[in-house]
Amino acid sequence: MSDTTTRRVVEASNRQQGDHPSGDNRFELVDKHLKRARYEQDQLIETLHVAQDVFGYLSEDILIYVARALRLPPSMVYGVATFYHLFTFEPPGDHSCTVCTGTACFVKGADAIVQGVSDAYSVPTGETSADGSLTLKTARCLGSCGLAPVVVLDGSVLSHQNAESTLELVGTAVGGEG
Amino acid sequence: MRERQPAVNVSFDGVEYEGLLGESVLECARRNGVAIPSLCFLEGLTVWGGCRICVVEVAEGHRLRPACATQVAADMEIKIETPRLRAYRKSVLELLFAEGNHVCAVCVSNGNCELQDMAVHCGMDHVRYDYQSPAREVDASHPKYVFDPNRCILCTRCVRVCDEIEGAHVWDIRHRGQQAELITEMNKPWGESLSCTWCGKCVAVCPTGSLAYQGSAIGEMEHDPVMIKRLAVARNRGEWLDPKGVS
Ligand code: SF4
Ligand code: SF4
Ligand code: FES
Ligand code: FES
Repeated sequence: MSDTTTRRVVEASNRQQGDHPSGDNRFELVDKHLKRARYEQDQLIETLHVAQDVFGYLSEDILIYVARALRLPPSMVYGVATFYHLFTFEPPGDHSCTVCTGTACFVKGADAIVQGVSDAYSVPTGETSADGSLTLKTARCLGSCGLAPVVVLDGSVLSHQNAESTLELVGTAVGGEG
Repeated sequence: MRERQPAVNVSFDGVEYEGLLGESVLECARRNGVAIPSLCFLEGLTVWGGCRICVVEVAEGHRLRPACATQVAADMEIKIETPRLRAYRKSVLELLFAEGNHVCAVCVSNGNCELQDMAVHCGMDHVRYDYQSPAREVDASHPKYVFDPNRCILCTRCVRVCDEIEGAHVWDIRHRGQQAELITEMNKPWGESLSCTWCGKCVAVCPTGSLAYQGSAIGEMEHDPVMIKRLAVARNRGEWLDPKGVS
């Protein structure tokens, strides 16, 4: 057993007693949900959703925390969490670019947009660039096929995109921060 | 004495047998000495129904059913050895061989492998699908055992035995579809697991060379899945050391 593992488990057990030595009060939002859910084990997926909303992603510490709170084996919690595409396990980048690859957008060249952004920021689809500035994701049909190809940049919907126009807007967003 | 379940008539490939309500088609066949191939099923563990090697046809509409996860019913007509079913079994096996890296010639279980035996039994002599040749790392971090995911067929016997019999739930499956793979705890090396008791039950039940003792040479690893049946018989029926309970 490694020291890190021991430390994590000890930390997680401390937190469970309502005392968050990390000083991270966000865990209290998870606790609130857990109490409302009466610590029922079938509330696992709901709890993971809440934790992801609160933290933005599910770190190992968070998963251990949830596992202990619901008295579930860690491997089961990890297995359930990774089964669903909705959960992410890495901290998201400062900016997010989601390219729709649904049928309509695909036909109109979504692939070139994904490729363009991926090459320009050396970020594989579904991951975050090394400097943490950009997360590149794809989605299946966002329901705005009339605007195809559709890209969602930091929450705003961009219509009729191509690789150049998307790269320009991503560049402004990422660069705008200095 | 266990309570006797009500008996019904069933037939396997046209021959009549006695079925007991509440038992599965697979259990019924085995009790009557009729062979149905199976892989993920292991007596003493809950039914998983994942490998689909045990598919049979049930008369109405020739519906395909996993024998291990289908209950016997009155006047059920069950087909086992039809050309269609033989072809399906072969396909399932070919997919399993194509999916991992089953290089029998260098495997610790060569000659003692349920997957290999099943391929021989079903006459699977070549693979028509593209080999996926996935890159998978061996986990040799446990002091006593080795996990080689290249040979894993995701039958979940190890997951179930560790959870249901040992009570440790060290193993589980992460991701899904083609990405699905076996993990210990939070995807940590097995040797760092806090919950593993080193009992070796997972190693005993693995049908392939995926779980083995450290230091096993090629062809040297022999599993002992019947151990779990002995345990189950002892616990559930209170019959210890009973050779009759064990096939
Ligand atoms: S050795 Fe025992 S406790 Fe450890 S993983 Fe295998 S079955 Fe579970
Ligand atoms: S390691 Fe063995 S027992 Fe476990 S899922 Fe893989 S093949 Fe089955
Ligand atoms: S396919 Fe992209 S919005 Fe429908
Ligand atoms: S033995 Fe029935 S599905 Fe695997």
